[in-house]
Parts: sequence; structure tokens; C-alpha cells
Amino acid sequence: MASSQPMTIFQVAGRAMSAQLVRMNTTASNLANAGGVAGSEAAAYKTMKPVFRTSFDQATGLATVDVEKVVTAGEAPTKRYDPNNPMADKDGNVFDAAVDETRELVDMMETARTYQNNVEVMQTAKQLIVDTLKMGR
Amino acid sequence: MAAESLFGVHGAALEVRSQRMGLLASNIANASTPGFKAKDVDFRTALASVEGQGADAFAKAVQFRVPSQPTMDGNTVELNQEQTAFAENAVQYQTTLSFLNGRIGQITRALKGE
Repeated sequence: MASSQPMTIFQVAGRAMSAQLVRMNTTASNLANAGGVAGSEAAAYKTMKPVFRTSFDQATGLATVDVEKVVTAGEAPTKRYDPNNPMADKDGNVFDAAVDETRELVDMMETARTYQNNVEVMQTAKQLIVDTLKMGR
Repeated sequence: MAAESLFGVHGAALEVRSQRMGLLASNIANASTPGFKAKDVDFRTALASVEGQGADAFAKAVQFRVPSQPTMDGNTVELNQEQTAFAENAVQYQTTLSFLNGRIGQITRALKGE
């Protein structure tokens, strides 16, 4: 991930946007699988979360963020007795996907806001650089 | 330095504004990174070190921000504060640019003898 070039403000905002997009993707996957059932605890869907890690550039003092890995987090799938379900195991239990929908929606809103902030930063930086290039004209 | 007498404090001021923009952008980028400590500079200190020792001396003026509210994950970025500081810094950057442009226009007019 580390490049030999010094980091620019565009990389700071751009990589932060990519990281937020990964987070948005995991949220989308979590929400899409909410309410899903499985026949065993291992097969049941578990909430996915990205792990953010700061990437610091010594040369410029800038810091951006990368997704280090995506982990499964949150509670274990809920066991529910439902013998009529075709997915039920031999004891008549099914396992509900472990997704907290409220938390996912809050996460989605925060992700969208952070993404927008980074877009704003990039636009402002671009405008100021363009203005600087026009200096003296 | 000859350049300093021509543009006064504004060359160093533009450098400080530019580097501060990167610093604030880093804070905003790390708004949701656990454990990230937000940084900022005191303008007077940063300007003094950039004027005295050049652009690289900016790093000496960087300090950690004191959070007004503690967070569970150790992150000290307060988005509203960072956004305000970023907007303020952008306006100040543009102000410094117009000072420089005014100075350039002045010198150009004097050279042309209009």
C-alpha cells in the first residue's frame, strides 16, 4: 500500500472515500441478509464490519485511512424453534442472521456523512489549487 | 531574502495555510478511525517557524487537539470543529492569495510604468 511518492491531500481524501465505500458495502451486505435463516449456527449470516487503520505519511505529516481487514462482529445467530421451516435442523431449530438493523442504518448514515465530508474536502482543495495556479494573472 | 521583501509575510502564510489544509483533511479522513488523535497548529507559532526555518519547520508547530468530549474508541476528531476549521482555513487561504495577487498586480503596474 505504501508508495514512494509523498502523499497528497487528494490521496488523503480519496483513500478515506474508498474506506468508507468498503464500510458502505459491508452495511449493504448486512442489511440484505437481515432476516435470513439458516439450518446451522455455522451457516447463519454474521454481521460484517471493516477495521479502519490510520496510514501515516512521515514525509508530509499527512494521515489517511485504509481498511485493514473485514471481520465478523456482533452477536451470535439466534436459535429459534420452528419445526415447520424447511431449513430446520433435526431438532426443529433454525438460526436467524445476526444483524442489528438499527445499528446498521445508523452506520449507513454515518458512512454517508463521512463520505460527503471527504468529497467536500477534495472539492475545496481542488478549487484552492486551481486558484493558486491562476496567481498573478 | 529578496522574495520576503517582495511578498512580505504572505509567502510563508500561504505555506502554513496549505499545510494546515492537509492536516485538517487528515483529521476529517480519520473521523471514524478508532484511536486516531486529531492534530492542528497554532497559526502564530507555525508562521514563526516557517518564516524562520522554511517550509519543513511546519511539523514542529503541530500539536494534538484537546478533545472537548471523550469518546469510547479513543478518537479525538470532532467533526463539526474540524469542518469549521477547514472552512475557515480555506477562506484564509483565499485571502492570502488575494493579498499576493494584489502585490503582484502592484509590482507589475510599477514595472510597466502605467
